[in-house]
Amino acid sequence: MQRHLISAADLTRDDAVLILDTAEEMARVADRPIKKLPTLRGRTIVNLFFEDSTRTRISFEAAEKRLSADVINFTAKGSSVSKGESLKDTAQTLEAMGVDAVVIRHGASGAPYRLANSGWIDAAVINAGDGTHQHPTQALLDAFTMRRRLVGRDAGLGQDLSGKRITIVGDVLHSRVARSNVDLLHTLGAEVTLVAPPTLVPVGVGSWPCAVSYDLDSTLPKSDAVMMLRVQRERMNAAFFPTEREYSRRYGLDGDRMAKMPEHAIVMHPGPMVRGMEITAEVADSERCTVVEQVANGVSIRMAVLYLLLGGNEPAVTHARTTEEK
Amino acid sequence: MSKILIRGAKVLGGEPQDVLIDGETIAAVGTGLSAEGAEVIEAGGKVLLPGLVDLHTHLREPGREDSETVLTGTRAAASGGYTAVFAMANTFPVADTAGVVEQVWRLGQEHGYCDVQPIGAVTVGLEGRKLAELGAMHESAAGVTVFSDDGKCVDDAVIMRRALEYVKAFGGVVAQHAQEPRLTEGAQMNEGIVSAELGLGGWPAVAEESVIARDVLLAEHVGSRVHICHLSTAGSVEIVRWAKSRGIDVTAEVTPHHLLLTDEMVRTYNPVYKVNPPLRTERDVHALREALADGTIDIVATDHAPHPHEDKDCEWAAAAMGMVGLETALSVVQETMVDTGLLDWAGVADRMSSKPAQIGQATGHGRPVSAGEPANLTLVDTAYRGQVDPAGFASRSRNTPYEGRELPGRVTHTWLRGKATLVDGKLT
Ligand SMILES: [Zn+2]
Repeated sequence: MQRHLISAADLTRDDAVLILDTAEEMARVADRPIKKLPTLRGRTIVNLFFEDSTRTRISFEAAEKRLSADVINFTAKGSSVSKGESLKDTAQTLEAMGVDAVVIRHGASGAPYRLANSGWIDAAVINAGDGTHQHPTQALLDAFTMRRRLVGRDAGLGQDLSGKRITIVGDVLHSRVARSNVDLLHTLGAEVTLVAPPTLVPVGVGSWPCAVSYDLDSTLPKSDAVMMLRVQRERMNAAFFPTEREYSRRYGLDGDRMAKMPEHAIVMHPGPMVRGMEITAEVADSERCTVVEQVANGVSIRMAVLYLLLGGNEPAVTHARTTEEK
Repeated sequence: MSKILIRGAKVLGGEPQDVLIDGETIAAVGTGLSAEGAEVIEAGGKVLLPGLVDLHTHLREPGREDSETVLTGTRAAASGGYTAVFAMANTFPVADTAGVVEQVWRLGQEHGYCDVQPIGAVTVGLEGRKLAELGAMHESAAGVTVFSDDGKCVDDAVIMRRALEYVKAFGGVVAQHAQEPRLTEGAQMNEGIVSAELGLGGWPAVAEESVIARDVLLAEHVGSRVHICHLSTAGSVEIVRWAKSRGIDVTAEVTPHHLLLTDEMVRTYNPVYKVNPPLRTERDVHALREALADGTIDIVATDHAPHPHEDKDCEWAAAAMGMVGLETALSVVQETMVDTGLLDWAGVADRMSSKPAQIGQATGHGRPVSAGEPANLTLVDTAYRGQVDPAGFASRSRNTPYEGRELPGRVTHTWLRGKATLVDGKLT
């Protein structure tokens, strides 16, 4: 694996499967009475959040603490980033403090890439979401959730998602989750279809390794998993679609639509869900909806990523792992 | 006055000849000219061109002297082989009055490295609402003939129409920064395959093309002359080609960076590649080169846009747009146009000196290299190859996309009205 995790596209199939397998080991720790490993004792990790996201920050923080790392939370919200100086200045401050890894969330696409590649800092950089670009650990936890549900918890070890058909629905244009998932799911052998009104599909999507459809109903019967993306209401004011009702009618997932999916198919959502527009309460609360599992899986995935990036060449949990695997 | 004999220079890339400068003018061009009483410059087969003319330079003074001044900018121009530059109006205060344009013009005259011809704003404060005092700027000592709100588009069709009509009274030209503002809200780079992957806001080609299409039709309707700044897409080329075939009085410029670089560079997220209009695709680059070769695009203009280090040493979205270009323009044109066989040196003289001087009415510049003409000249070592080192730039700013890149050609001498501003690659 590389030293940083900036984009899901940077992961090879073997990297990704290794992370998913490691996350299974990490998940077992959550079932223990003491949910803590000594693995990253003495290491310092900073959660550098320029953009508010309590859910993602808490998930990383839980992962870091379960691995016994020293954790510093730095929230830059409200500080002036208009001239862009604060990213570099903050990075250099952290460097001076001897930080081993930086988990960064930033509103600007490419900010984690710059942090990792500008020589400002030596620490490992983990992208926790940048602008409308990437959110690789989200894609990994989604893939982990799919593998557990569609392949099996133990049967899935060492496996990818070959042949699985995944449909991603909603605001693809503004979604780092969609970009990350398309990259990773393709690497793992799945067939991805994006479904959205044409206004919410980026120009240039033709080069992505996926199909694009404007018709949700015809896609559902062919889906093993349907991932609903958050659609922000303000997109309506920018004329991306006429009304909330029309959006729901054409692209929302309700009970009737869910009934068109195969028996085994699951419904996913990166959260937080806004019930009503993109997903009805009936669907959100159903057995097939994996939102709560996704949150739990997020911690396991982030433990696996931190462990592997920060030189995890000792046993993570139980059995030894060779450096060649990295 | 002093005499200078330039011996054995390939004038416009032709057979080696001697060129004798006497005072401010070229006294003779021929073979075996007498060196008596003259300082001799052995050209040794270097190419001699008329001094280059840049119709699109940002000198930043007044207001942003931390990035460039008239002095540092004209020294950069002389280093790049230029003898005249047109200074864009987006300064602080904006060059929208006779007072500001005269100040900029006078600074150029005082420093003596390069003639500075100010461009006047089309509208007050570049705000696009009210025409600036175009006539007063024309009548000032600066004699403004080119008007532009560059940095912003004159997007109101009525204001654009009025400006085009109004400047006819004194033979002026409106230079349009073609950018439909609504289509480019939040734009960070060319809209296409790369922007889709990187998740950066797209600047679609149609935002440029639709404004050019409108403006050539307006120019036709009111019988005026319009100039298109930094044309960057294959579609824009088609529109200008169509307009010219229809007899519309339109001229267009392309920057060196749009002739060489593509939006693939943005994958580095290095803001040194952030520029407006944005770097486009390989297909656009080839269309631009061909259009410059066949004359559809009239000139090369640098859009020299200096920015201090801190405005570029940051994340992409926060970075300023623009690149410096005066000191590398000729090298990029040699690489993309001459070394590819698309243009000869006479063609370069036309696109980088004669035509821009004509469009901007810089009389005294862009003249033939022949007896009786003003001695505005530049000597180029076309055999040279070397890496671009921004540390050696005369410009106050270093935001070049070419750092460490090997480029051909080096300007060794520049003369402004017979006075050397650059000798053996060193400023005087
Ligand atoms: Zn411009």
